[in-house]
Amino acid sequence: MLNYIAGRIASAIPILLLVAIFIFSLVNVTPGDPAVLIAGDNATPAQVEAIRERLRLDEPLPVRFFVWAGNAVRLDLGESIYSSQPVTRLIAQRLEPTFVLATVTLILTILIALPLGVVAAWKSNTWIDRSIMAFAVLGFSVPVFVIGYLLVYVFSVRLKWLPVQGYSPLADGVLGTLRSVALPSLALALVFAALIARVTRAALLEVLSENHIRTARAKGLSTWRILVIHALKNAGVPVITVIGIGFATLIGGVVVTESVFNIPGIGRLTVDAITRRDYPVVQGVILFFSVLLIVINILVDLSYALFDPRVKG
Amino acid sequence: MAMLQAAVREPGAARLLRYARRNPATTICCLILLALLLVAVFAPLIAGDPIKIDPARRLTPPDAEAIWGRDHLGRDVFARAIYGTRISMLVGFSVAFLTTVLGVTIGIYAGLSRIGSLVVMRLTDAMMAIPAILLAIAFASILNAGLVTVIIAITIPEVPRMVRLVRSVVLGVRNQPHVTAAVSIGTSGLPLVWRHILPNTMGPVLVQATYACASAIIASAVLSFLGVGISPEVPSWGGMMADARSVFRLHPMLMLYPGVLLSLLVLSVNILGDRLSDALDPRKSRRGAL
Repeated sequence: MLNYIAGRIASAIPILLLVAIFIFSLVNVTPGDPAVLIAGDNATPAQVEAIRERLRLDEPLPVRFFVWAGNAVRLDLGESIYSSQPVTRLIAQRLEPTFVLATVTLILTILIALPLGVVAAWKSNTWIDRSIMAFAVLGFSVPVFVIGYLLVYVFSVRLKWLPVQGYSPLADGVLGTLRSVALPSLALALVFAALIARVTRAALLEVLSENHIRTARAKGLSTWRILVIHALKNAGVPVITVIGIGFATLIGGVVVTESVFNIPGIGRLTVDAITRRDYPVVQGVILFFSVLLIVINILVDLSYALFDPRVKG
Repeated sequence: MAMLQAAVREPGAARLLRYARRNPATTICCLILLALLLVAVFAPLIAGDPIKIDPARRLTPPDAEAIWGRDHLGRDVFARAIYGTRISMLVGFSVAFLTTVLGVTIGIYAGLSRIGSLVVMRLTDAMMAIPAILLAIAFASILNAGLVTVIIAITIPEVPRMVRLVRSVVLGVRNQPHVTAAVSIGTSGLPLVWRHILPNTMGPVLVQATYACASAIIASAVLSFLGVGISPEVPSWGGMMADARSVFRLHPMLMLYPGVLLSLLVLSVNILGDRLSDALDPRKSRRGAL
C-alpha cells in the first residue's frame, strides 16, 4: 500500500513540472514584452524598468523559470503588482471562504446526487428515472451564474430569507457563515450533482445486472439493502472518479460563483487579478488550483483501495 | 427484407415525420437550434440597432420600439439578445470544429506512434490539471480581447479531452482484423489513417464535439460575464448579464432574457449530444434511433 501511495505521488511530479512550465510560459512566452505586460497600460518607462529588474527579465528564459519554480517550491510566489503583498499571503487570506464554499457544495452535492442516482437506477426506464435524468441534463446545461441569479431572485430579493451577497466569516458565527454560503453552494451543487447523479445511475445499472445482486435478491434481502449495501459500494469507483474529475468544473464554478455572490475568496482574487492584469497573482492562483486538483486526484486514486480491494496489490 | 425495402422507399418527408413522432425531445432540440441559427443569420432583419446608446431612455420598460425594454445605457435589449445569438453560435461551432480538427490529428498521431503517445499523454495530463475555465480566462486576458482570442482561449483547454478520446479509440481499432489486413497488403501512412482508422473514430468524436460546443458556449458567456471576453459593445449574452448585475434587483428581466436564451441553446446542444451518444452506442440503441 505504501509503495502504491509513493508511486502515485511520484507520478504527479512530472505533471506538476509541466503545469509549472505552462503557467510560466503563459506570461513569459506570449508575444510582447512581459515587463510592459505586467506593468500595465499606464506605466512609465522607469516603472517598466523596475519590474524588469525585480523579475530578472534580462536573464535567459530557462534561468528565470528555475528561479520562479524554485521560489514557488518554497511557497514564494512573488509579490502582487497591485498591492505589493506576497501572493502566498493573499491566497492564504482568501482561503477560508473558498474552502467553506467548496466543502458545503461537496456535501450538498453528495446529498442531492447519490439519492437521485440510486432512485433513477432502481426505477430505470420509468417516468421517475426520466424526470431525474431530465433534471440532470438541465443542471449541467444552465450556467452556474444563471442558476445563481435565479436563486438570489427567489430566495433573497422576493422571499428575503437569505442575504443577497457577501460572506460572513466563521469567526463571526458558524450560522451566519452557513447562511451566507447557502445560495452559492446550492447553485454550484445543482450543476455538480447533475453530473454525479448521471454517473451514479449508469454505474449502478451496470452493477445491478451482475450475479451477486441476483444472489442477494434470491436470498430475500430487501431492495434497500441490495441497492445501498451491495450495489452502491461496488459502484463507488466510477462515482468517486467523477467526483474527482468534476472538481475541475467545481473550481471553475467557484471562480464564477464568488463573483456573482461577491464572496472574497480565491476565485474572486483570480478575477480581480485578471482585470487588474496582476500577473504574479494570476500565475500564483492558477498554480494553487492546479496543485489542489493534482492532490485531489491522488486522493481519489488512493480512495479506490477503500472500494476495491484489488487495488491494494 | 420486404419491410426494409418498404422503409427505404418511403418518401423522405413521411420518414422524417415518423422519426419526429418517435423522438419528440430530439426533434424539439433540432427545431430550437434551427430557429436560433436562423435568428443568428437574419438578426438584422429581426431586430433594430443593438449598439445605439440612448441615455435619455435608460432602463425604460418595454415599448413598441424595444419590446424587451432598454438597458442601463438605453440600448434595445431585444436587439442585443438577438445579435447575441451570433456570438454564442459562432464561438460554439468554431470551438467544436477546431477542437475536432486538432484533437483528431493529435489523437491519431498519439494512437499510432509510441513516442508520440508518451509525449502527448504527459502533455494532456498537465493541461487537464489546470482548471479549463481558468486557463481560458488567463489566455483571454493576456492575448488582446477579440472574437478570435476568445475562440482560441476556449479551444486550447478543450483539445486534450478530444485527444485522449481519439487516442483510446485508435488503440482499440489498431489491432482489429480489417486494419491488420490493410497493413498486410501494404497500406500505410495517410491512406491507412484516412480509409481505415479515421472512419472508426467519427462516432465518439461527433458526440464529444457536441459536448465541446455546449461547454464552449458556456465558457464564452463566462468570459464575457467576467469582463475578459469580447469587447463590451459587441452584444453577447454573457456581456448582457454582466451589464445587468448592477441593476439586477430592480430589473431582473434584463438578466433573465439572456440567461434563458443561453440555457436553452446549451440545453438543446447537450440533449442532442446525449441522443447521439445513445444512438451510436450499440448497447443502448433501441430500434435504431438514428
